[in-house]
Amino acid sequence: MKIKANYKKYVIPVIAILVLVLLIALPYFAERSDSRYTIVLFKTILMFTILTLSWALFSGPTGYTSLATAAFYGVGLYTAGVLGRVLPLPVMVLCGGLASFLLAVIIGGITLRLRGIYFAIFTLSSVELIKHVLHWYEITIAGGRGRPVVRVPDTTVFYVLLGILVLLIITSYLLKRSKYGLALSSIGSCEEAAAHIGVNVVTLKVFTFALSSFFMGLAGAIMATGMVYIDCFIAFDLNYSFFPTLMAIFGGMGNIVGPIIGAVVFTYLREILITEFPYVYMFIFGTVMILTIIYLPNGLIGLAESIRRKLLGGKHADTTCRRVN
Amino acid sequence: MQILHVEGLTKYFGGLAAVAGVDLQVEKGEILGLIGPNGAGKTTLFNLISGTYAPNAGKIFFDGTKISGMKPNAICRKGLVRTFQSCRVFPEMTVFQNVLLGALFGAPETKTWHQAAAETKEILDFVGLSEFSDTRAGSLTLANQKRVELARALATKPRLLLLDEMMAGLNPTEVGEAMELVTQIREKGITIVMIEHVMKAIMNICNRIIVLHRGQIIAEGTPAEVSTDKTVIEVYLGE
Repeated sequence: MKIKANYKKYVIPVIAILVLVLLIALPYFAERSDSRYTIVLFKTILMFTILTLSWALFSGPTGYTSLATAAFYGVGLYTAGVLGRVLPLPVMVLCGGLASFLLAVIIGGITLRLRGIYFAIFTLSSVELIKHVLHWYEITIAGGRGRPVVRVPDTTVFYVLLGILVLLIITSYLLKRSKYGLALSSIGSCEEAAAHIGVNVVTLKVFTFALSSFFMGLAGAIMATGMVYIDCFIAFDLNYSFFPTLMAIFGGMGNIVGPIIGAVVFTYLREILITEFPYVYMFIFGTVMILTIIYLPNGLIGLAESIRRKLLGGKHADTTCRRVN
Repeated sequence: MQILHVEGLTKYFGGLAAVAGVDLQVEKGEILGLIGPNGAGKTTLFNLISGTYAPNAGKIFFDGTKISGMKPNAICRKGLVRTFQSCRVFPEMTVFQNVLLGALFGAPETKTWHQAAAETKEILDFVGLSEFSDTRAGSLTLANQKRVELARALATKPRLLLLDEMMAGLNPTEVGEAMELVTQIREKGITIVMIEHVMKAIMNICNRIIVLHRGQIIAEGTPAEVSTDKTVIEVYLGE
């Protein structure tokens, strides 16, 4: 039994490293088969995976449903638009992350005293607010809507995104294992009790919110370089708020693997549906989401867990602690 | 030696004064009982002392430092912790994780994970929950959940412990065990203020009792004095 348990511990890291190696090799094969679309598709998948996993970093354990993802992603995009020609690529990407971090400290400081639906509505409104203030600024003061973005080869963008994702996975893992990970779950469980046993709930919430936004900003700054032109309606598109949330629910939020699987499957599904059924894709999409919420409340990961338990014949009692949302 | 000193504490909810100018002293090492009819303001008083609400007027001093206006987490780290009337364990965490959180975040000095885990084990032993260490807290009986909450509070190394109706909903055997536990906690040098409706518990283990009615203190004294006090009897039984 002991050997088996040890062996189990290595399954996920080994799979992760294999996937990473394959991804690193991907541009090489894509170039040989002359399929530019493959890299573009993987860019989108990586981008949504980063947004989803960073969303789940904060919203997963705390239960605060943030719909401000588009704000942080959009700030990243705009940072690239403003600084793309001035700064070298890595510095520019970092600036995108820091700008989102700072914005999240402000938004979090204001809105994180709200709970439940009020928090969701406020974060959603913050996207709209930023979008329209920026639009007003561009039209009346700066004179001219939108701005061009410096272009970077797709392969470079792909590798930067991959780097961000690896960094995000390591961060999520370390945070989950630390005492702050436990404290975040206690906030989701009963915030009042958490505060009364010494958890500094305000600081912890705002900092984790900002940390998750940092990664969204990084993703935005690098993704902008593939867009040629951005304006505030492209950058602050509310779909960037909704999709990561739906993807995380779709995959399951109990662990790190859930949001990743959710984002990968969901993004791929979306690409197929858009190309194959452009007129009814949103309809199919909505149906899939409703079915997921009704029949798979713990997402794809929850489904996998229950199948595994059935195969094992119920020998192992369910001792895992999973949130019931 | 006073450990807690409250003066002129007042809290309004709308036009209603839930706590109206309460003056209160708690001596180091005593068990103080807080009783009164429903809606007398007992829990509100706890909420004010532990920092859940800020008072509209009045001051609270803990061991000489003013704590009114401080956040609950800061008050907890100073050594004043409370439990809740409706049990608030973290249901989907294990008993061990529940108590560990208290040891990691609530104690005045920061601890490593190892130190906190060792202390958690000790405290689980003390309250008699060792066998449930890896059980989900939400799946325990009410009596045991209340023990988890108590253990979690103890893990923060308090000097003053506020217990809000710890014995409500327990059967007579469980009440007896809980009384035993409270006495043992006092023997560790922890001062206790407890809100309680179970009179057997209040009369047997408290050194002193304060009776609250409509947000004001109407009687104060030893259990014997309070139980024969005319105003108290009137308030409880009607004129």
